[in-house]
Amino acid sequence: MNARQVGYQCLNFAMIVSSALMIWKGLMVVTGCESPIVVVLTGSMEPAFQRGDILILTMDINDPIRVGDITVFKIDGKDIPIVHRVIKVHEKNGTRFLTKGDNNPTDDRGLYAPGQYWLTLTDVVGRAKGFVPYVGMVTILMNDNPKFKYIVLGLLGLFVLVHRD
Amino acid sequence: MHSIWSRANTIFAFTLSVLSAVTFCCFLSTIWLPNTAPVTISASNPRLKSMVDYASDGSKSDVVMLSLNIQADVSSVFNWNVKQLFIYLVAEYSTMKNHLNQVVLWDKIILRNEKTVIIEESIPPKYYYIDDGNNLLSHKNVTLVLKWNVIPNAGYLAMAQGEGQFVVQMPDNYISGRF
Repeated sequence: MNARQVGYQCLNFAMIVSSALMIWKGLMVVTGCESPIVVVLTGSMEPAFQRGDILILTMDINDPIRVGDITVFKIDGKDIPIVHRVIKVHEKNGTRFLTKGDNNPTDDRGLYAPGQYWLTLTDVVGRAKGFVPYVGMVTILMNDNPKFKYIVLGLLGLFVLVHRD
Repeated sequence: MHSIWSRANTIFAFTLSVLSAVTFCCFLSTIWLPNTAPVTISASNPRLKSMVDYASDGSKSDVVMLSLNIQADVSSVFNWNVKQLFIYLVAEYSTMKNHLNQVVLWDKIILRNEKTVIIEESIPPKYYYIDDGNNLLSHKNVTLVLKWNVIPNAGYLAMAQGEGQFVVQMPDNYISGRF
């Protein structure tokens, strides 16, 4: 392989990486949400969402939070997003709501910060509007087995650089 | 295009593309359906108590107990792209303290191929009906509606409301003793 081919392969690689980044950022703009695609990690919303399903989120602050919405929220101090359904709403100047996972016997107050009994819009990352089954299992496998992740990424990088088409 | 690896690679890539296209078509095929159905809701014997509400720093809130009747046939909502319906009964009302309140009193999950007719008679609420404050005494306009969330096999998570509602009128005094 001469220098030109090497350069071409590197450009190819850069194109793939930057296209992926463009799609991701584009999705962030379209949905208005900083994390538009999340993988379901727990079984707390079964049988609707199983571990490994993908949720597409939107964040529209002009569409108020209402009972039944599936919200993805983060508790102050913890950075794991939780995907649960809103079961109570009381709205004054702002909206206060309570969530519960479909498969959980009790509401989420045990998960909130100490002294916090309600969630507000600032805790919400987005609302689930779209659903794709199973595809997120790859992410879960890679998170549970970091060696697998490095092997897959390494092989992918190798193939893109070496492939001669 | 003659080694086993390049063939396997092409087949894999093609499979993924076809699967994504079919999933997208699956999503498109059912997005504009109305997802509604007629429902019959009624409630009787509402009773009010005022109890200490741990979720509001120790002040008292109104707690309601009532007897619910729900009848609905949601089989028309199930199409080929529906995995499950999450059905919930909401009490919606407006008070002096909060201009909008929504409390889920009861919910049910119906999966594909399960019985799609709901007949609930004289059941108590599944979750405590606690107001945020003391504004339910003599409230004449608490509306009960039945809503559902359509969970697809792949696609848009739609919300719909059943056609039919019931207005509960709260009593003018608290009861003493137990519910």
